[in-house]
Amino acid sequence: MRRSLIALTAFALATGTVALAGGHGGNPAVKARNAHMSLYSFNLGLLGDMAKGTIDYDAAKATEAASDLAALAAFTQSSYWVEGTAQGDVDGSRAKAEIWSDAAGWAEKMELMKTGSASLAAVAGNGLEALQGGIGDAGAACGACHKAYRGPRN
Amino acid sequence: MLGRIFRWGVFLTLIGLGVYWFITIPKTVSDEQLAGLSSSSEDGEQVFHAAGCASCHAAEKAEGDAKLVLAGGQRFPSPFGTFVAPNISTDTSHGIGGWTQAEFVSAVVQGTSPEGQHYFPAFPYSSYAKMTLQDAVNLHAYMQTLPSDATPNAQHDVAFPFNIRRNIGGWKFLFLSEDWVSDANTPELERGRYLVEALGHCAECHTPRNALGGLDRARWMQGAADPSGKGRIPGITPAQLGWVAADIAEYLKSGFTPEFDTAGGHMVAVVENTAKLPPEDRAAIAAYLLALP
Ligand code: HEC
Ligand code: HEC
Ligand code: HEC
Repeated sequence: MRRSLIALTAFALATGTVALAGGHGGNPAVKARNAHMSLYSFNLGLLGDMAKGTIDYDAAKATEAASDLAALAAFTQSSYWVEGTAQGDVDGSRAKAEIWSDAAGWAEKMELMKTGSASLAAVAGNGLEALQGGIGDAGAACGACHKAYRGPRN
Repeated sequence: MLGRIFRWGVFLTLIGLGVYWFITIPKTVSDEQLAGLSSSSEDGEQVFHAAGCASCHAAEKAEGDAKLVLAGGQRFPSPFGTFVAPNISTDTSHGIGGWTQAEFVSAVVQGTSPEGQHYFPAFPYSSYAKMTLQDAVNLHAYMQTLPSDATPNAQHDVAFPFNIRRNIGGWKFLFLSEDWVSDANTPELERGRYLVEALGHCAECHTPRNALGGLDRARWMQGAADPSGKGRIPGITPAQLGWVAADIAEYLKSGFTPEFDTAGGHMVAVVENTAKLPPEDRAAIAAYLLALP
């Protein structure tokens, strides 16, 4: 699991880099963290579609996606949330400067994501109802952090 | 000859002032218009959420039940200056606890204060103008059940000439209209239109404005500059959005887009409100948006 995750991250980072080399411009740290976010979306999306009934529930797939989500949330991510890359500092960034001026608040939101996704990973394979009950906290963690630390669209 | 021109000048100026005086008279809703309406605070709670009063009047960063303490203090930067939301809690000296029903309704649907002055359109009464009087009295009844708070009001920071409240009468004359923007030929579309154009004041953010700050109805919901000066608010016409009804209804409930990104910026507060509406209302909003040109 861990290994496939790392491969996936590397792939996402590589695509980011290729896009960069392709002349889109943009800051590599911003690309990297957005790639991290895309992996969040992809996994949560799979779980969300199962929870809503848009696709059939599959215990093994649900466990995989939720475990990957939890593993991603456990990354330190420090190397790509670097000061000086806030919205307005570099092109394409929507990271609010408060990420760095309010480090404690940011750490709290990272922690919320860790605990929310870990508890989801623990129950996602226990049937559709368990998934539906468990997905709320993980989903709320995304929104809570975006509300506080992500700026408006550029 | 000069004297004659002068007299004509004075005459026309007086007419001009007369017209100005006339069109800028603040309008109010009278007790008689409200007589016979019985109010329900339960129904008022739905109006309160649909209209998003707490999004602006709760303290900055308030969460959960603290959002029901309407202490004011949030700041709204705009090209005309910075407006500060007042205290509209039930406190009788710092809030609006001492207001009559007619005073409250006049403020919300006409933008006129108990002292007979115009409010700035940063308070979206130009949308609430389409609110039914029944909903307005229900809203008043509900808001009287909310906590009181003694936070004093802060001053707006708005420069001349925009700080002259009487001039807002001219703005209202130009832009305050009770006509609907979109046609609605089914009950669901009608409900959606009421929720979007009147209560939800969605256009206040999603429609671009002209130089005088009026909504450009020809570009209804096509997206606009963020009034803070940073970023853009997306357009939500069907072509721009590319979502089906279920996508829109889900977004208004959980905040998740079809790509499983989440709503951001000011839309987060809107979704916190629409999440409290019944599912039929979210479906009606989706139907309205999908019927836009
Ligand atoms: C601790 C804070 C935090 C958490 C938790 C978080 N995000 Fe983000 N997310 C951000 C920030 C900040 C940005 C903007 C980054 C930038 O533009 O530099 C962002 C951007 C995004 C983007 C845009 C990516 C792109 O390519 O533009 C998506 C999608 C996203 N997040 C999804 C999620 C999902 C899904 C979750 C939950 C599973 C989540 N995020 C959890 C802070 C967070
Ligand atoms: C977009 C932000 C916003 C929303 C939404 C909003 N208001 Fe306000 N409101 C304001 C601002 C700004 C003012 C100050 C206007 C002025 O001073 O001219 C105000 C003023 C008021 C006043 C006058 C208070 C006084 O002391 O004179 C009342 C009453 C009021 N709002 C009630 C409401 C109600 C009820 C709702 C929901 C139906 C609501 N507002 C929604 C921003 C908002
Ligand atoms: C206070 C300003 C404001 C109000 C009022 C508002 N919106 Fe929004 N809306 C936004 C912003 C800002 C975004 C972009 C959110 C983001 O960055 O993810 C948005 C995004 C959206 C989107 C998703 C667009 C996309 O491409 O992702 C929809 C749909 C939407 N709004 C519908 C509505 C509806 C319906 C209403 C009225 C009930 C409404 N909005 C009221 C500010 C507002």
